[in-house]
Amino acid sequence: MNNESAGAGFKHILLRHRDHPDLDNLEIYRQKGGYRAFENVVTSMQPEEVTEIVKASGLRGRGGAGFPTGLKWSFIDNNAWPHYVVANADESEPGTFKDREIMEGNPFQFLEGLAICAYAIQANTSYIYLRGEFWKIAENLDRQIEALKMASLLGENLFKTGFSLNIYTHLGAGAYICGEETALLESMEGKLGQPRLRPPFPPSFGLFGKPTVINNVETLANVPLIIEHGADWYRGIGTKMSPGPKIFSLSGRVNRPGNYELPLGTTFRELIFEHGGGIPDGGSIKAIMAAGASSALIPADDRALDTPMDYESVPSLGAQLGSASVIIIDDTVDIPWLINKTNHFFKHESCGKCTPCREGTYWMTKISERIVSGNATFQDVDLLHEVASQIQGKCLCALGEFAVESVLSGINHFSPDFQAATNGTKST
Amino acid sequence: MLVEKYAQEVSQILAKYPPEERRAAVMPLLYLVQRDQMFIDRKSMDEVASILGISTTDVASVVGFYTLFHDKKGGKFYIQVCTDLPCALRGADKFMEQLCERLGIEPGQTTPDGLFTVEPVMCLAACDRAPMFQLQSAEGLEYHENQTVENALSLIEGLRAQIAHKGGLKRRQDHE
Repeated sequence: MNNESAGAGFKHILLRHRDHPDLDNLEIYRQKGGYRAFENVVTSMQPEEVTEIVKASGLRGRGGAGFPTGLKWSFIDNNAWPHYVVANADESEPGTFKDREIMEGNPFQFLEGLAICAYAIQANTSYIYLRGEFWKIAENLDRQIEALKMASLLGENLFKTGFSLNIYTHLGAGAYICGEETALLESMEGKLGQPRLRPPFPPSFGLFGKPTVINNVETLANVPLIIEHGADWYRGIGTKMSPGPKIFSLSGRVNRPGNYELPLGTTFRELIFEHGGGIPDGGSIKAIMAAGASSALIPADDRALDTPMDYESVPSLGAQLGSASVIIIDDTVDIPWLINKTNHFFKHESCGKCTPCREGTYWMTKISERIVSGNATFQDVDLLHEVASQIQGKCLCALGEFAVESVLSGINHFSPDFQAATNGTKST
Repeated sequence: MLVEKYAQEVSQILAKYPPEERRAAVMPLLYLVQRDQMFIDRKSMDEVASILGISTTDVASVVGFYTLFHDKKGGKFYIQVCTDLPCALRGADKFMEQLCERLGIEPGQTTPDGLFTVEPVMCLAACDRAPMFQLQSAEGLEYHENQTVENALSLIEGLRAQIAHKGGLKRRQDHE
């Protein structure tokens, strides 16, 4: 659909199905080298060696936090058993649709990465927690898991080494908060999806109270190729602090929305104007949200556009890269309308466990509703800013913290929009 | 109902989890109920609770917390339109408004024939192909992307005709 490569000779590593059709067929996937890495680690490597390679590759978690993956695996508590791996396929951030494409187009690479992770931490059971809306994807994964069993790539005594692994899918039922890893664990255990107090962290106390590694789908899809080609190869892509490729989900007011797999460190300008084809209807770009609805609004000036999209550079713009769901805002969009949208989202998705988030998102929505309905004064904007500031830094999990990002940055950077919305000259 | 009608499915679901952690099966079992009757009644909650050895209150709280579970009878089909920010930037609000207008209902309501409930939902991970909705029915969930009001209405008419002619649901082709 979209997307030629970025830079000279960059090929898809994660979205390989775009170059190789039928990669969701196990035979084809194996013909392209699939499952060699898994066989190799199970038959000839110690679990710790696998973790060391992933550590050396510099792979960082693609779910949003950017935590070093190998380091996470190395935290697993070897004094308590059994161990579990849980793949986070709850993809629910507004603006993010990358894990879905991996699971639809290149599912075996993800499943192989999951199996390699299970071997590295010596887990014999692994779950894929999918958002309930991915019902059809779960059905397909169940079939693909069956195919792997038939091929003796899952099940008991794999490659006659004594290592066994089973993978099961588990559907959520519509709750953004379950993307937060401890809420996900609660949900998997059959409870309300509400975050746990930490510590203890999942590598010591995770699913069913056992040591657990939770990784995002895209993170795991990187692993087979890191094993196959080595950490140095992987570090040749991306930047020093943020190695590897990343799938950027581009959406909003842009000509060619879609997923673009590019090296970390690609600039916003290249993504939006070269790959995304720029702004429709001759409009001009006003702001960027780099991490979906959880993102601070970045005013789209030259400095921002020339900033590399990686974990260390985006914070210089007062924002985060997160899951790299880049929403483009053009000059047709009123910022009060936008933050009213994000407020509604977070109010709806707040799990209700901690007071600042539950009450705060409610009050922010009340005020932003008033602003967009044309019944507010600029004092209401100050009040909104104050409520958001009161939420900040006081929540149990990141959801509450994310909820204030667009509000605070919106008011700070786009004050004229709020002036216009509150002085009676505009009633959008 | 579950144990008699879906004995095999129930035991397959329970086999996924350690025996001492069977509570983990609550959501999969609720999906079984919902696919059968499109909503989850009190009696089914009691049954799920007794299978898992937990209280009905625990089951009911799960039904209440997660938005894909319905504890009241709605339409046979749920048309769930994503109106979150990225979709709204591509006209999703207007799409839902016009669709409801043509169906003669307000968002959240069910058509007079009891077949279609149209409601806004949160992000469905299809932001680049808005306007879009998911169709939730006894057969599961189906995504319909890059929609126009006319597309959606013809899908609705097709489903209506199917119900009228066959007196029930027939397995449809994947529309994607």
